[in-house]
Amino acid sequence: MDVLLQQIINGLVLGSMYALVALGYTMVYGIINLINFAHGEVLMVGAMTSWTLIGLMQEAWPTAPGWLILLMSLLIACVVSGALNYAIEKLAYRPLRNAPKLAPLITAIGVSILLQTLAMIIWKPNYKPYPTLLPSQPIDVAGAVITPTQIMILGVTAVSLAVLMWLVHGTRLGRAMRATAENPRVASLMGVKPDTVISATFVIGAVLATLAGVMWASNYGTVQHAMGFLPGLKAFTAAVFGGIGNLSGAVVGGLLLGLIESIGSGYIGDLTGGVLGSHYADIFAFLVLIAVLTLRPSGLLGERVADRA
Amino acid sequence: MTRLTPRHLFWALGLLLLPLLLQQVGNGWVRIADVALLYVLLALGLNIVVGYAGLLDLGYVAFFAVGAYMFALLSSPHLLETFPALAAMFPTGLHTPLWLVIPLGALLAGLMGALLGAPTLKLRGDYLAIVTLGFGEIIRVFMNNLDQPVNLTNGPKGLGQIDAVTVFGHPLSRKIDLGWIELPSVTLYYYLFLALVLVSVLICHRLEHSRIGRAWMAIREDEVAAKAMGINTRNMKLLAFGMGASFGGVSGCMFAAFQGFVSPESFSLMESVMIVAMVVLGGLGHLPGVILGAVLLAALPEVLRYVAGPLQAMTDGRLDAAILRQLLIALAMIGIMLWRPRGLWPAPEHGKNAQAPVAGSRSAAP
Amino acid sequence: MTSVLHVQGISKRFGGLQALSDVSMRIELGQVYGLIGPNGAGKTTFFNVITGLYTPDAGSFELAGKPYQPTAVHTVAQAGIARTFQNIRLFADMSALENVMVGRHVRTGSGLLGAVLRTSRFQAEERAIAEHARELLDYVGIGGYADYKARTLSYGDQRRLEIARALATEPKLLALDEPAAGMNATEKVQLRALIDRIRQERCTLLLIEHDVKLVMGLCDQVTVLDYGKVIAQGTPAQVQSDAKVIEAYLGTGGH
Repeated sequence: MDVLLQQIINGLVLGSMYALVALGYTMVYGIINLINFAHGEVLMVGAMTSWTLIGLMQEAWPTAPGWLILLMSLLIACVVSGALNYAIEKLAYRPLRNAPKLAPLITAIGVSILLQTLAMIIWKPNYKPYPTLLPSQPIDVAGAVITPTQIMILGVTAVSLAVLMWLVHGTRLGRAMRATAENPRVASLMGVKPDTVISATFVIGAVLATLAGVMWASNYGTVQHAMGFLPGLKAFTAAVFGGIGNLSGAVVGGLLLGLIESIGSGYIGDLTGGVLGSHYADIFAFLVLIAVLTLRPSGLLGERVADRA
Repeated sequence: MTRLTPRHLFWALGLLLLPLLLQQVGNGWVRIADVALLYVLLALGLNIVVGYAGLLDLGYVAFFAVGAYMFALLSSPHLLETFPALAAMFPTGLHTPLWLVIPLGALLAGLMGALLGAPTLKLRGDYLAIVTLGFGEIIRVFMNNLDQPVNLTNGPKGLGQIDAVTVFGHPLSRKIDLGWIELPSVTLYYYLFLALVLVSVLICHRLEHSRIGRAWMAIREDEVAAKAMGINTRNMKLLAFGMGASFGGVSGCMFAAFQGFVSPESFSLMESVMIVAMVVLGGLGHLPGVILGAVLLAALPEVLRYVAGPLQAMTDGRLDAAILRQLLIALAMIGIMLWRPRGLWPAPEHGKNAQAPVAGSRSAAP
Repeated sequence: MTSVLHVQGISKRFGGLQALSDVSMRIELGQVYGLIGPNGAGKTTFFNVITGLYTPDAGSFELAGKPYQPTAVHTVAQAGIARTFQNIRLFADMSALENVMVGRHVRTGSGLLGAVLRTSRFQAEERAIAEHARELLDYVGIGGYADYKARTLSYGDQRRLEIARALATEPKLLALDEPAAGMNATEKVQLRALIDRIRQERCTLLLIEHDVKLVMGLCDQVTVLDYGKVIAQGTPAQVQSDAKVIEAYLGTGGH
């Protein structure tokens, strides 16, 4: 039973990170109907940037407390990735807003590869250890263990969600975002500048992805230029799973996917009589995606929209 | 059918003489041409799916892999080593002749194409792309892990000792000595691949200008209207997937024979993306453009090797040929979409392209 | 007279909204049949029901005397109903000629082998398709634009192209969804003449229109919908003086 509990904990931690990235996907999709292929790489950029910053700060202030360094590097990384995402949207996506569907998709793939390649050039391709800045003593929870880092992940996710909810429902910007997502033309007639809203969406998405990236790095202990690809894809699956365009859906989808992956990879050996090992864990997300899109394309919390001719 | 013009003869002669000229400089250059031809086959196949039918397939490399592994299993000792019972049935080893392998590869890949396409039929653009990407990855993971419980694919170690192609009894791995000139193995493969490419171009051209091709393009332009005109879009899409995939399968078979060795590394997502880039950057739906795109992107890494050397030294090893290639492909994808979205060599616009005639005019047009 | 389309008791509900309630009508051979009503009355829903985009909750159809149940959209053209769209849906990047040639798809049959092997049957069929398409382009008056990409045509010519494409399917019933939308007075006159010719020379027509004047001058029979229900049926003259109709429109004539 404690094995199951452990996997549930792991699943929730994993799922929280998926949820944060999924929110970025779902917000952008809700506003401009684009799957930002490059979003996973933002996670990577955030993590890599924070790694560099941590290295610099540890050298400059060797006596500074770990959590402070982590926090500061996180904040600066958020600024960097936010600015990066803003620039990407402005330079690569904005000119294509009225182009046929294929063009922004190709561009997004190009941006994704570009970011990965640049990261490979800047940081070199090898895996780098990410310093553990929080106390690493695992805490016993009814037979399973949870580390302070993992607790932080759950905490940060909860706080971020609360802030995001407040932003979306309690501020002018949030109202503007919701209006633009519903009906861009009418929103602009009401004085909402679509460019501002879209830029804000990209920046917020980048901040969330950076949070996820830093936490991913803290949890797994390594960073590398290709680290964003799979989590990005899985987070996208989570967003679709929960209902694309729906914020709560992204969170629910993320948590569920994390649980499925964690519990599934634990039991897949038993389930398939040893035929399939845990290497197949990565394709769970794809199988979930295919299942969702075939059986219930609007996702768990999405609305069914009739296709009007 | 168009008439033979001096231009056609020039091209024909050029293509036939090319390897003979290149091999004077070095066999390595002919090898580049061979690889380029294989990519042209892939691009032609993907063009059917993306260019004609408008279905963005990001997992196309899966069919390349299927063809390659099929040939590898049918023309190497691996299966016999894994299943001793089979070894008893084929005491001289498994050597499948060319005339059997090509249709088999096309058929198997074609079936897989229809199979993998089936769940995607109701999906729109972006979702279709991601699901096909997922399929591509799933195939790769399977190739990488099917060494247990039964060793089918030999996992990450790959399959080696693959036969060369045999044409009229002569294995293409052995050179032909004509006395006044020697035709090394790479040149022999060149002619084989060229023949396949020419047949494929013919097939694609004929499909494009046919009822089927028009139906595909109608689906690409507006699926709802296509259905309203009586087109069975489900069957047409499956046909597009199947036909496109079959080209990939044939190319895969040839690749396995040419290299003598296959491993899951050759069938990564980056390959799928590169093939998509070839089609889109070259000129979606336009055969000359697609071929140009394939040749450019296939030859690019080789050309880069000459430039990369000094660059690599300058940047402390960070920039090598592979990284440079990726960088340039990424920049090309972004750049072309911004400045030449229809590709480098798109289909020519007929008649007035930018200007719409004056409203309601029934007056004689040119 | 044989009825081309006999509709009985069609109802369709979307969640909480009853889009159509018990709609019935009879379209006779050689007629131009009009379907009018205020915005949101259910005209386009009805259209989409008979062309297979939506499945009705209740009701039945008979097309040319035979029971007709559009299960999939692509079987509709095969059965004999062709349509145009309110927001023109042409194959933008294909030429005008190719657009109409696609219309011939449902009445022709050569497949993969014929295309690849260029059999004589295939080639004969291709020639026939092209000829038929050119003839239709001339018929609607845009013969000179055969090789122009559809998106480069003027708005009025695009509408005509859509009609030519629909006619290529050799329909028993040609259903036009707001064909006059966005047209100026001259274009409407030309459209009216074209519809008249089609009625006389080719097939029966069903028309959804907002332009009441156009409908009244052109149609033999009219059904008026309001809130998904039929509120009047008859000749234009009868319908025009119907009190319920006047009330539904509140006296607003054509746009």
